[in-house]
Amino acid sequence: MNDQYVIAVLVSNISGVLSRVSGMFTRRGFNIDSLTVGETESGGFSRITIAFHGDEDIKDKILRQLQKLHDVREVEVLDRKDTVIRELLLIKVRNKTESRQDIMTAVEIFRSKIVDYSPTALVCELTGETSKIDAFIELLKPYGIMEMCRTGIVAIERGENCLKTAK
Amino acid sequence: MKISGAKIVVETLIEQGCDTVFGYPGGQVINLFDELYLNRERIKHILTAHEQGASHAADGYARATGKTGVVIATSGPGATNLVTGIATAYLDSVPMVAITGNVPCSLIGRDSFQEVDIVGVTMPVTKHNFIVKEVSELADTLRTAFRIAKSGRPGPVLVDIPKDVQTALCEFTPNNQPVVPYPLSFALEEKLEKAAKMINESERPYIYFGGGIISGKASDAVIALAEKTDAPMGCSLMGLSAVPSDHPRFLGMQGMHGHYASSVAEDEADLVIALGARFSDRATGNKARFAKNFKLIHIDIDIAELDKNIPSDLAVQGDIRDAAERLLTMLEKKERPEWSARIAQLREEEKVRTERALASAREKICSDCTAPCNAQGLPAEERLDPYTIIDIISEYAGDSVIATDVGQHQMWAAQRYPLKKPRTFLTSGGLGTMGYGMGAAIGAAAATGKRSVLFTGDGSFGMNLNELATSVSQGLPLVIVIMNNGVLGMVRQWQTLFFDRHYSNTTLNRKTDFVKLAEAFGADAARCFTPEQLRNAAKEAFSCSGTYIIDCVIDCDEFVLPMLPPGGSIDDIITEIK
Repeated sequence: MNDQYVIAVLVSNISGVLSRVSGMFTRRGFNIDSLTVGETESGGFSRITIAFHGDEDIKDKILRQLQKLHDVREVEVLDRKDTVIRELLLIKVRNKTESRQDIMTAVEIFRSKIVDYSPTALVCELTGETSKIDAFIELLKPYGIMEMCRTGIVAIERGENCLKTAK
Repeated sequence: MKISGAKIVVETLIEQGCDTVFGYPGGQVINLFDELYLNRERIKHILTAHEQGASHAADGYARATGKTGVVIATSGPGATNLVTGIATAYLDSVPMVAITGNVPCSLIGRDSFQEVDIVGVTMPVTKHNFIVKEVSELADTLRTAFRIAKSGRPGPVLVDIPKDVQTALCEFTPNNQPVVPYPLSFALEEKLEKAAKMINESERPYIYFGGGIISGKASDAVIALAEKTDAPMGCSLMGLSAVPSDHPRFLGMQGMHGHYASSVAEDEADLVIALGARFSDRATGNKARFAKNFKLIHIDIDIAELDKNIPSDLAVQGDIRDAAERLLTMLEKKERPEWSARIAQLREEEKVRTERALASAREKICSDCTAPCNAQGLPAEERLDPYTIIDIISEYAGDSVIATDVGQHQMWAAQRYPLKKPRTFLTSGGLGTMGYGMGAAIGAAAATGKRSVLFTGDGSFGMNLNELATSVSQGLPLVIVIMNNGVLGMVRQWQTLFFDRHYSNTTLNRKTDFVKLAEAFGADAARCFTPEQLRNAAKEAFSCSGTYIIDCVIDCDEFVLPMLPPGGSIDDIITEIK
């Protein structure tokens, strides 16, 4: 049973903290699907969102190892049902006369945006859940993807629940 | 008044209760060593021959006392030489603070002379580490380092201090006392109630403990548990010395070279209560087979150890002594006569098997030895064998702290040496660091003011024998017992059993004369071939006040038995070499 888990990790905003967190995954042999890190509402903390595949045992092991790290203040598994999960995609596609209209239609249906336009290339921006991003990329493949990058998952709980620092 | 960063380091060390540090000077710690010089009446620095020795000495100091060991080294190679010692301490949960100098902040990242990213290097082998770039943060960072090192499950912490931070001036306010550890977490009541219920219902409970009992000061509580439940006890290598070896309920170490009775008893138990142990592969053998026959209660201070290697039926996180003491109040006092009878029977079986193994070892000694065996020439009955060496030394050693290196001699000592009190058996269990023993013995002797005994092999001793210079110059009482078989015995044993006797690079063929070596370093020594010679040497060694090497020549085909083959289980136990 390999599910994808999304966890939010609140860490002290200190240099080296990302190495400590990612190093733990490497050292213990856990695989990461995606990892994002950024500022939080409080200057002293950064928030790392990590997605990984594994069974419940792996998930528990990861949580326990993370809790042991001195710079980790809080770890929480996000319940997918009660969580807004988003990813950002920037994708560059060939701008050809014969495919332009199809691309524009896809962009419209997926509520994507064209953020750069040149005679030979289009850059589209898309935000959404991973499955939506995957579907969009799949759709654009035949038109010639020149390059793309995606941010990996960021996630936040719905409602009043917040990731707080207990320690 | 403003003082230098270097002085802040020394003042903070003294404030934290540190009386002795181990280390080696160098370009980027000159300022720090200048302060150590100026404060030499308040804090002692022991200069070793190599930074690795210093790191093991700090480890030995910590293991022998429970206090946090401190080691100081310069940047670059000084720092990297500490890594093995830090990793050794990490794997065995030893509280240590390692302080390294580094190049000035402005030179960091430029591959400057003797620059290395020691924080990056040691990240996976420390509990936490720091680089201090502001002198104003220096004192508090060091305090936090001590706090982390000794809190919960102890471990090493490294603090890297660039040279300009050591020279910078800053206000310093001393604290009145050492930092207190972070609050312990305590086991949940309902978990302990459940554990008590499982134990009360069990017919054949078995207590298995690890090094956590020593660092958690839980020896008495564990013995009381065993007595109230009428259960036998066994331990991991790290658990040795927590309970007196001759305790009637103690069956000894278990695992790859554990005692027959403890290994079998655990397998026949219906419930194992694991306390402060982490189920290393050397302790369990084949994990799938290991816990097949019993239910498992696992109690540990470190939540990450629970269900890490062996899934438990009940996992309890919390301070081990508190958990054991509270559990004790919930348990029924119960006799389990059938189980006790079976344990007694296993002890008898073990005795028979051990005697048979020793006899057959005597018989076949050197008969098919392919290595140039140093012991050739003497009839078998006049020769020294490992257990005899340990027995004789233990008659003279009194309450000395025992240190070992790694290999066959380590296992023989672990199986045989009669330990009486916690913190008297220092050995590298997790990392298995050959060369650990010299530093550890020096650190223990410096910490306790008492004699240390090092059991080592000619292979292990060769790794850090340079530290003879340290023990001699420091005038430390140290008896070094070399089980000299001319081979790397443990690997040779595997080659004999599993590699068709291909003795690849395990036959040392060295011409080292350890008696002359001792003389060269300024130590005393004797070479022994027979028990009588050993007794005479031991008499002399334990009455001398300095370093004494006893070079005990043994056969190259002595085996460590019993043995569970790597990846094997109790079903595959080898108790005799036919």
